[in-house]
Amino acid sequence: MPVNIAVLAKQVVDPEMPMAAFRIDADAKAVVPPPNIPPVVNGFDENAVEAALQIKDSQEAAITVISTGTSFALDVMKKPLSMGADELVLLQDDAFQNSIDSFFTAQLLAAAIRKLGGFDLIICGRQASDWDNAQVPLGVAEILGLSCVSLGKKVEVTDGHVTVERVTPDGYEVIEAPLPALVTVSNELGQPRYPTLRGIMAATRKRPTIWSSEDLEIDTAQLQPRVTLQDLFVPVRDQQCEIIEGEDDADAGRQLALKLREAKLI
Amino acid sequence: MAEAQGVLVLGDSAENELSSVSRELLAAGRRLADDLGEELAIGLLGDTLDQPSQQAISHGADKVYAVNHPALAEYQVDLYLAAMESLAKDVSPRVILIGRTNEGRELAPRLAFRLRVGLAQDCLEVSVDSASGTLFANRPVYGGNAVAVVSCNYTPQVAAIRPKVYEPMEPDDSRQGQVVSFPVELDSAQARSKVVDVVAEESEGIKLEEARIVVSGGRGLGGPEPFQDLEQLAKALGGAVGASRAAVDSGWVPSSYQVGLTGKTITPEVYITVAISGASQHMAGCSGAKVIVAINKDAEANIFKEARYGVVGDWQEIVPAFTEAVRELVQD
Ligand SMILES: Cc1cc2nc3c(=O)[nH]c(=O)nc-3n(C[C@H](O)[C@H](O)[C@H](O)COP(=O)(O)OP(=O)(O)OC[C@H]3O[C@@H](n4cnc5c(N)ncnc54)[C@H](O)[C@@H]3O)c2cc1C
Ligand SMILES: Nc1ncnc2c1ncn2[C@@H]1O[C@H](COP(=O)(O)O)[C@@H](O)[C@H]1O
Repeated sequence: MPVNIAVLAKQVVDPEMPMAAFRIDADAKAVVPPPNIPPVVNGFDENAVEAALQIKDSQEAAITVISTGTSFALDVMKKPLSMGADELVLLQDDAFQNSIDSFFTAQLLAAAIRKLGGFDLIICGRQASDWDNAQVPLGVAEILGLSCVSLGKKVEVTDGHVTVERVTPDGYEVIEAPLPALVTVSNELGQPRYPTLRGIMAATRKRPTIWSSEDLEIDTAQLQPRVTLQDLFVPVRDQQCEIIEGEDDADAGRQLALKLREAKLI
Repeated sequence: MAEAQGVLVLGDSAENELSSVSRELLAAGRRLADDLGEELAIGLLGDTLDQPSQQAISHGADKVYAVNHPALAEYQVDLYLAAMESLAKDVSPRVILIGRTNEGRELAPRLAFRLRVGLAQDCLEVSVDSASGTLFANRPVYGGNAVAVVSCNYTPQVAAIRPKVYEPMEPDDSRQGQVVSFPVELDSAQARSKVVDVVAEESEGIKLEEARIVVSGGRGLGGPEPFQDLEQLAKALGGAVGASRAAVDSGWVPSSYQVGLTGKTITPEVYITVAISGASQHMAGCSGAKVIVAINKDAEANIFKEARYGVVGDWQEIVPAFTEAVRELVQD
């Protein structure tokens, strides 16, 4: 039996965009997507795709990528397919707003997972780089009653179990959990593989499954948000930096030491 | 059921000492409880809780729920969750505060979902409106590029507080409080995941989180060897070495060195960055430093907007001379 894997992946504004391009619409309490900078698949979700592919490298496995949102850049969301994932399911509806409320998103994803018949293993990113919530996967695990391991840097599946190296502040721990399970992964998993030319060709031909709230049989009005965004602002930084100069770089280094000594910092 | 009341901190202890994060949570919780005119309670999970319970009272708790159970001696997420869920349902507080520690990162969201309420994640500041009892939380979003103010719409209102933001209160041994034991029924079969091995890759010497001075290196160092120069500098300063995620992702240092949003939160007196650009996700882990010093060859780098002192130039020239001068100064 192939291992049936789902990867939950979110489309986000590029977190590595230049800081000057970061703007918010204070009235709408939303970030303005920067013009000319395309969105990306959330970085940790690419790590999640990589984790799934590593499992598929060593045993029979099928990988379905699931995402929810109001609209998608299809070429962006097809990247996991071009890396080697098999299917793409997009939950797309005007009601599926990208809000700071994780409860709603987790309910949608859980409904899609149920509709797809469940998975042996669900792999997610540790957090989405827009709202930095780090909640949706743990919510999905709770809603579906799955065993759950977070912050993985290595994920292996062997006879009905998942073994995860979980990042800790001073190293890692090895955790075992029975399938079906949900695992979140972190960047310590390593650089995700690049799409191959063959992968890109195959991805172009693949058509995503697209489901609306009716397809999911979800009454979005029933899913009241658990948190409300009251305000969104860019914090002011008013630090004045004193640039230490010297005759040359080495001298500036010496002057810096004197300065810090004078300020009684060292 | 009676109306939800009071503030409940979910704390922890290690080696018979109340953790520093719990002390910070009590400081945050004390203010909320005073503004509400309600009680501040703390739930402590473990198997030896007498001393931590007394410490919790001297740090501001009115009441301690000692959740004593041999199965809670070691952290196991499913068992801790089960105990916390039963405590939260029984106490029925208005507000629950948890530390966004390594454990809190998984406990807080799972607890909130289990209680079918909302969680304000990774908060820098929490306050309550005393009339309505609504909790408001300030929390960084978009990698620290913006701050969101969120409120929770359901009770209990759960907030995960970023460590090292709140200053613990001065302990006062004359404070009075009540310790009650809260029995839980736990079955080790509830533990679905199990830890089979623990691997430490901590660097030697002073711990990054505890160091008074930290020297961090970034992508501009170009490889693993220059970190030895930083070790030398840190040694001369009596400090520890950290790194940006770019340096960790390149495999130059272990992930335990990483400072930032998804790494460690540190609050040293002096934070010296070498060849780090100062991305918001990095600054998220070190903006609590008293003084930031930047060494970077790019005068336009964001780090100079955050630093108190800066040197614009090549670290290869600056760092050795700086280290040498520090050695001389520290000697006399
Ligand atoms: C969701 C998310 C979470 C993240 N979490 C973290 C985190 O926890 N911690 C973290 O650090 N990052 C994190 N990042 C990454 C972050 O956005 C940056 O990419 C990263 O911090 C950059 O590291 P850096 O400053 O070392 O590298 P760069 O940005 O590449 O900067 C290198 C700097 O070195 C300077 N330099 C080069 N050569 C020299 C020289 N010879 N002398 C002096 N200076 C030189 C350059 O001028 C440049 O400013 C996260 C990103 C995302 C999307
Ligand atoms: N809209 C979404 N679509 C698909 N997956 C998501 C979505 N939002 C969150 N996730 C998953 O949950 C992880 C954590 O997201 P968050 O809790 O929002 O920080 C992400 O890395 C994804 O794996």
